[in-house]
Amino acid sequence: MRILVCVKRVPAVGSRINVTADAQQVDTAHLGFTTSPHEECAVEEAAQIAERLDGDDHTVVVLTLGPEESAEQLRYAASVGGTEFALVLADSGLDWDPQRTAAAITSAVRELEAAGGQFDLILFGNESADGGNFQVGIRVAHALGRPIVNGIKGIDPHERGFTARRETDAGYEVYELEAPCALGVKEGINLPRYPTMKGRLASRKAQIQLLDCAADADAGGQSRVRLHRPPERASTTVQLGASAAAAPAVVDLLDELGVL
Amino acid sequence: MSGVAVLIDHDRGVPSGGALEALTAARSLAADLNAELDAVILGDGDLFDAHGADLVATCAAYGAAAVHCGRHSFLADYGPDAWGAALAMFVEAAGPVAVMAAGTDRGAEAMAQLAARRDLPLVANCVNVSPAGSLTDAPSDPAGGEAWRITRIQWGGSLLEDVTLTSTLPLLTIAQHSIEAEPCEGGSVHTTVADFKPDLGPEVQQTLVRDRVTLTEGITLSTAPVVVSGGRGVGSADGFAPLEELAELLGGRVGCSRAVTNNGWRSHADQVGQTGTRIAPEIYIACGISGAIQHWVGAMGSKNILAINIDPEANMVTKAGYAVIADLHEVVPAICDEIRRRRDRPPS
Ligand SMILES: Cc1cc2nc3c(=O)[nH]c(=O)nc-3n(C[C@H](O)[C@H](O)[C@H](O)COP(=O)(O)OP(=O)(O)OC[C@H]3O[C@@H](n4cnc5c(N)ncnc54)[C@H](O)[C@@H]3O)c2cc1C
Ligand SMILES: Nc1ncnc2c1ncn2[C@@H]1O[C@H](COP(=O)(O)O)[C@@H](O)[C@H]1O
Repeated sequence: MRILVCVKRVPAVGSRINVTADAQQVDTAHLGFTTSPHEECAVEEAAQIAERLDGDDHTVVVLTLGPEESAEQLRYAASVGGTEFALVLADSGLDWDPQRTAAAITSAVRELEAAGGQFDLILFGNESADGGNFQVGIRVAHALGRPIVNGIKGIDPHERGFTARRETDAGYEVYELEAPCALGVKEGINLPRYPTMKGRLASRKAQIQLLDCAADADAGGQSRVRLHRPPERASTTVQLGASAAAAPAVVDLLDELGVL
Repeated sequence: MSGVAVLIDHDRGVPSGGALEALTAARSLAADLNAELDAVILGDGDLFDAHGADLVATCAAYGAAAVHCGRHSFLADYGPDAWGAALAMFVEAAGPVAVMAAGTDRGAEAMAQLAARRDLPLVANCVNVSPAGSLTDAPSDPAGGEAWRITRIQWGGSLLEDVTLTSTLPLLTIAQHSIEAEPCEGGSVHTTVADFKPDLGPEVQQTLVRDRVTLTEGITLSTAPVVVSGGRGVGSADGFAPLEELAELLGGRVGCSRAVTNNGWRSHADQVGQTGTRIAPEIYIACGISGAIQHWVGAMGSKNILAINIDPEANMVTKAGYAVIADLHEVVPAICDEIRRRRDRPPS
């Protein structure tokens, strides 16, 4: 089984997001970087499926499109079950709107498949943590002529393809896809493992293949003007107490709000 | 007359709350463009027999001049390919000036399917849309036309992005809860209903809903009037017992932070936040939660927030309307006791 997972490097923001002076980027001067939780779970899911079917010989290719530093996220993926790694170098001076991003990833997938064979399954996150465009995976899958369902919180491989579960308010919906196909997964599908000693070693030894197919991708029709913070809701906090003795005041409040 | 088309995302005939918000947003956009408001509903014969009249009445109340019913046996239930393909055919035939949908799971997915099929840009989770020509300082696109100016959310709502959109057919999803759903005054005067029959190939069947499983009946995290959440400060899975009890006493649900799901203390279905559930209770009781921005975006729709935390500087505390600065393990049981004491007391 060959599985591809597409992950994106995003800043690990804390209690407040700051924007650079030119309003074009998140100010990352004092921030680390991470992979979106959805995509971390996608890597874990791919590793679990592949390990179950192929044991130690499994293939999980992890791809990212971004600056050179995105190698950090691929190395992390190597420590938690990824086996091959592709970095599509993206010129940071360009506007990486969803259409351009999808076009570049699509050519990269074609290149990887030409060299190593078709992927039975391509996993995306449901949405990227920063952009939240809800579309890159769907565009890539469509360009490759593969079915895709987003919002997946459970995957069971079988003979011909995959049974996938999508969470709803009341429970879940079941989909049946034939391989080759793609799925957009959501956090909660699994609990990602922590890197082990063996994983850390794999991470150090990971070979990262550089792909330069990003250059040909044209810009789409959406273009960034600026990033800004939404107005904050002004609040003065009413302190109801500093011990268990606050309980009556809390219950008075619940009563006032009509939820008692 | 070509109009602003809104895809009404629904679950077996019941429209999502987001669909009504999208209709409201589209109505004001249609007014700006001096265009008609059109609704698009996808289903099969049985679905329209059972729910068609209600769906049309709802669209009419929100000001739709026309409701286009796409009928096909493959549209009996939801499927991203079936919906995307049917929507693409509607667009081909009707030539709308813009297509919109709610930023719900289905709305967002069907619109992305449409965008992929037509290779058109799709601006997701818009909170403000100014069509070309509506702003005097709007930049023009290289092809000579003017661009739309749009504000959308990023990071689940922690950040806003202003973008320009240059497209022959603007495709937009409307961020959930960014606008209040409002029927139009007096409703639509005369709403026409027209059927169209999309020509769907067997390939769309692969992604149709095959089956569904119901796990929870009644109130869900997103609809609960009270949510009692615990974070890392709760310390263990067992530590949630008093929170369960409080939620039970108040007819609410238990939520949690990602630190809790990551530790395996609770299921991800309980997680509040950017990658969890958005909640909007009358009161959110956040116990031992620091209030990271990704948690906050899931909680900020709450009407009232009570933070219980040992740290007076925690973000959750400074942003909350009410706070108790103390150990949650002492405070939460005391609140439960007080509620029971009052309830046991005969009314005076
Ligand atoms: C892309 C992305 C998406 C994310 N999505 C989500 C999401 O959907 N939801 C989410 O929650 N997080 C999300 N996170 C994680 C988020 O950044 C935080 O790491 C997380 O919310 C922290 O959880 P916490 O507040 O429980 O833990 P902590 O930050 O460790 O806070 C624990 C709090 O408990 C208090 N405390 C400790 N002991 C006690 C006690 N005895 N009594 C009272 N108070 C006590 C402490 O003072 C502290 O304020 C996301 C992160 C990323 C990068
Ligand atoms: N730069 C990128 N590199 C790799 N994968 C990406 C990138 N951008 C988006 N994706 C994938 O596409 C999914 C949806 O992204 P989006 O449409 O931006 O919400 C993400 O969860 C990733 O799996």
